[in-house]
Amino acid sequence: MEKSPTIYEQIKSSGYSRRDFLKFCAWMAAFMGIESSGVGNIVRAMETKHRLPVVWFHFQECTCCSESFIRSSHPIVADIILDKISLDYTETLQAAAGYQAEEALHNTMKKYKGEYLMLVEGSVPTDNDGVYCCIAGKTSLDIVKEAAEGAKAIVSWGSCASNGCIQAANPNPTGATPIHKIIKNKPIINVPGCPPIGEVMAGVIVHLLTFDRIPQLDGLGRPKAFYSRRIHDTCYRRPNYDAGLFVESFDDESAREGYCLYKMGCKGPVTYNACSVTKWNNGVSYPIKSGHPCIGCSEENFWDNGPFYQHLSSFPGFGIETTADDIGLAVGAATVAGMAAHAVRANIKKRKLINADIEESKNEGGE
Amino acid sequence: MKEQKIKRVYVWEIPVRFYHWLNALVVATLAVTGYLIGNPFAIQSGAEAYLGYWFGTVRFIHFVAAFIFFFNFLFRVYWGFAGNKYADWKNFIPYTKKYIKECFDVLKLDILHIKGKPFISVGHNALAGLTYFLTFLAFLFQSITGFGMYSAMSDSFFPKLFAWIVPLMGGDFAVRQWHHLMMWFFIIFAIVHVYIVFYHDYVEGRGVLSSMAGGWKFIEKDKPD
Repeated sequence: MEKSPTIYEQIKSSGYSRRDFLKFCAWMAAFMGIESSGVGNIVRAMETKHRLPVVWFHFQECTCCSESFIRSSHPIVADIILDKISLDYTETLQAAAGYQAEEALHNTMKKYKGEYLMLVEGSVPTDNDGVYCCIAGKTSLDIVKEAAEGAKAIVSWGSCASNGCIQAANPNPTGATPIHKIIKNKPIINVPGCPPIGEVMAGVIVHLLTFDRIPQLDGLGRPKAFYSRRIHDTCYRRPNYDAGLFVESFDDESAREGYCLYKMGCKGPVTYNACSVTKWNNGVSYPIKSGHPCIGCSEENFWDNGPFYQHLSSFPGFGIETTADDIGLAVGAATVAGMAAHAVRANIKKRKLINADIEESKNEGGE
Repeated sequence: MKEQKIKRVYVWEIPVRFYHWLNALVVATLAVTGYLIGNPFAIQSGAEAYLGYWFGTVRFIHFVAAFIFFFNFLFRVYWGFAGNKYADWKNFIPYTKKYIKECFDVLKLDILHIKGKPFISVGHNALAGLTYFLTFLAFLFQSITGFGMYSAMSDSFFPKLFAWIVPLMGGDFAVRQWHHLMMWFFIIFAIVHVYIVFYHDYVEGRGVLSSMAGGWKFIEKDKPD
């Protein structure tokens, strides 16, 4: 591999001081949940490691993941990772276009075979041989398979790449498929969210850089450091939930009091993400803090688990806004009616039998 | 000499009765608290959160009842191998032709009223046994999905044994949805169950209703028990 400056040298040459650099490392360690003695590991990794070849693909998506990432609250994140970690290919940010861009991609894939990191934003349409998303004359399906072949690891940015997101919502017209259902033989890190939090994305990359292995993942392939707890578990409105104080409508007194948004359809109790810890926009806020229920954007099928503003979701096949309780009540009522009919019929049909028994018992006990 | 026609049979042993009533209690508790968890009351009190904990208490009761429910259920499964022949597991699984035929006979006699000849079984009739088998499957489903959701808020090893259901069903949301829908199975089962017991007691007069208290049922002397 060619001799290139280390990441730290690159950061320095961008005009950051040693102090800025150390602050960044400590800050990253805090986000990743690494103990303080681990800060040194990050510093050392940044000082000694060279460029990490990265290709960043955009398929069926809206680029909100990239937007979130470059707006990460610490400037070094975007600087080192986008400018310096050698993003060899990324459709939205690269200067090259057409032939040059394709050449850069293929050079990286050839030169750093087995070493480059593949970051994917967006789902891959699989219906009709994947014609719904083509780049440079190839379908995204082919591109993913080709690029994954030589990738060291794959990071699926956002809900699109992790679970299909909106494109995969019923009836999923293009057959949008998350990456982990297409590529089976590579380590894949799912970083769901629409978009994921910029700091979380940075944390994943820095983890890969520092420790040279993928972070600990949960059953759905998400980094445990950021997705092991539900929004609900660390929500600042949680005491209202336990006290049974709920917002009943967006304009009531309870909403002004900042009560729990559970009954407004908040998906916090079933959503695994770091929003209520890390928050958004430099730690300013997150949806619940702004008075809006969580819509569960980092969970699979969140788009179909609606309506957003009611606690129980509707059941497919039973019409809009028919919940499990509506179905249960209807079946329950039908059951009671059926039994009433049965009771009437039993009295008619079995009257003879019962009367005979009563007569018999009179004769026996009558003396 | 008609009074000699009837004899007593000890059908439900104490463990079965104990299981039944404990189960009735915890299932009722679970359904009520579960419904409340899905649809909490509106309290427009303007109170501060630190003054109350009623929703937390409802959830706590639900979780405690769930543990009792699960281990009570396990005990009943064990008793299906250790208990008398009326409690035996063979009463619940339709594995013979005779069993399936009896199911249809009971259906015709008691539910549709189209076959007049009374058919007497001492313990569970086949159709009832099959229905209980379905409820056991529902018990299992509720236990797995319930503890699966609970595992996210517990460090204990026991709920973690069920954590696999969450990725299998695609996330907590789907698990909660099905767990909630299954609650209605229990409610509807309870309605039908109570009605059918009253019906049998009324039509046959064999002490079905009291059998779950004292354990005894009554049958004709010439019938085998």
